Amino acid sequence: MVSGKVFKYGDNVDTDVIIPARYLNAPSPEELAKHCMEDIDASFATTVKPGDIMVGGANFGCGSSREHAPISIRACGVRCVIAASFARIFYRNAINIGFPILECPEAAAAIQNGDTVSVDFATGKIVDETTGETFQAVALPPFIEKIVEHNGLLPYLKARMEKGEV
Amino acid sequence: MGMTMTQKILAAHAGLESVKAGDLIEAKLDLVLGNDVTTPVAVDVFDKAGFDRVFDKNKIAIVLDHYTPCKDIKSAQLCKTARDFAKRFDIKHFYDVGQVGIEHALLPEKGIVAPGEVIIGADSHTCTYGALGAFSTGVGSTDMAAGMAAGENWFKVPSAIKVVLTGKMGKWVSGKDVILHLIGLIGVDGALYKSIEFTGEGVWELSMDDRFTIANMAIEAGGKNGIFPVDEKTIEYVSRRVDREWSAFEADEDAEYDQVVEINLSELKPTVSLPHLPSNTKTVDQVAGLPIDQVVIGSCTNGRISDMRIAAEILKGRKVADGVRCIVIPATQDIYMECIKQGYTQIFIEAGCAVSTPTCGPCLGGHMGCMCEGERAVATTNRNFVGRMGHVKSEVILASPAVAAASAVKGCVACPCELD
Repeated sequence: MVSGKVFKYGDNVDTDVIIPARYLNAPSPEELAKHCMEDIDASFATTVKPGDIMVGGANFGCGSSREHAPISIRACGVRCVIAASFARIFYRNAINIGFPILECPEAAAAIQNGDTVSVDFATGKIVDETTGETFQAVALPPFIEKIVEHNGLLPYLKARMEKGEV
Repeated sequence: MGMTMTQKILAAHAGLESVKAGDLIEAKLDLVLGNDVTTPVAVDVFDKAGFDRVFDKNKIAIVLDHYTPCKDIKSAQLCKTARDFAKRFDIKHFYDVGQVGIEHALLPEKGIVAPGEVIIGADSHTCTYGALGAFSTGVGSTDMAAGMAAGENWFKVPSAIKVVLTGKMGKWVSGKDVILHLIGLIGVDGALYKSIEFTGEGVWELSMDDRFTIANMAIEAGGKNGIFPVDEKTIEYVSRRVDREWSAFEADEDAEYDQVVEINLSELKPTVSLPHLPSNTKTVDQVAGLPIDQVVIGSCTNGRISDMRIAAEILKGRKVADGVRCIVIPATQDIYMECIKQGYTQIFIEAGCAVSTPTCGPCLGGHMGCMCEGERAVATTNRNFVGRMGHVKSEVILASPAVAAASAVKGCVACPCELD
């Protein structure tokens, strides 16, 4: 269960604005975090606080395959992203690094910038504490849940390879 | 129920008789690709997870194409990390400055990808190889690391949009106009999580270069992959390059599609995408005259020899307009050499273009042509997002090489027909 203040953005938030290519040669998460969302929200990186929550519209994370995008959002202290839908590479990348994302069109539409929202990852229940509204996120398939439980794809793969499953 | 072409390839690589949309499967990989931006992150997670071997050193490609020749010290460090990894595991398909080309032009040219294969690449435009009838999709760095370690990865079997092409493209219309038109029709998330399967008699009219350009931008409609059937042109292309067994797959007659889109190629006009989404399409005649500061002809979308040829035909005996910078980037060393042999390079230089060694550079605002506030480019690249080629308040208009070259000459968005 986490609770935090919402930073809300629109549809088609692309990975070029999440972390512009001019900073991709700075591979440390902390360095990337300084420039996260810079091109659409210049004050984000300095105002976001650990535990805050990002909300986006449809097709969140479209564009480049750069894993630097979810890495930089997480490094800012954001605990999860809620969106109406996710671009598929961003979806994979977030799951693969063990960063929680929730697909919920109703929540993405209703939650407003600056609201306080709590999320229960175990059940997918989202509560807008500011308005009292509750929402239910789309459940993760069991296979993907296992990746999340292992805190990412590589630890899960390693465990399976050690058991001879792969 | 029948399977789409993509579903058949995935089923074959998962050792299954059949799959259906929505199934989560684990499929064997024929190639795992990374570049100088994504490989260092993959190396980091690969090492941190404690892996000490790769599944097959002959089935990994590492291509240093994004910030090369290195634009600064940090980029040089990224390349070194990727280079050291390639050396450590004796990676067969490692390409460094001097041999390197833009990955999605290079791999097909070198015969490293073939029809019927399953390919993942830590670069979103990995979907390009669908032009050859392969299942090919972009992933992230952790997926690349997992693929290198295990030789397999997880996939959600996609449903599909069928795009039926009829007719024949007119003069000044190319594969770029076809894909921009399609993205304009279905939107930047119109094919989210889905395959785009191209079919119809119009396909046979398209050159391999046109097909590469079209498949390349499937991701710009949100697609998981774009794929073409294998025909005589594919076989002719592959037979000169691939020296291993490969298979052609065909969609079943009764395969199910979420949506069917019909495009009559003979009705298409030269098309551009205005800032700041690839789906923001207009025909060139609707926006002709918009002033520009820069033209970029190149990239994994349009840096192939036929792209260079059409640009050279238009620029021959003409000059780049005053106040416009025109940057031409052949996508691979072989294409660059061919440009020299055919006299295209001389035409470009005489016209006042800068001709560069292969690099992704300006497409992603990396180097070799970044723009400042208020500038606008016509580019044959694939994305026109906010800040994509430099400053947040710079603009990119996506276009074909013919439109880009004509725009360079006129100093504004222009149709090559205006030069006739």
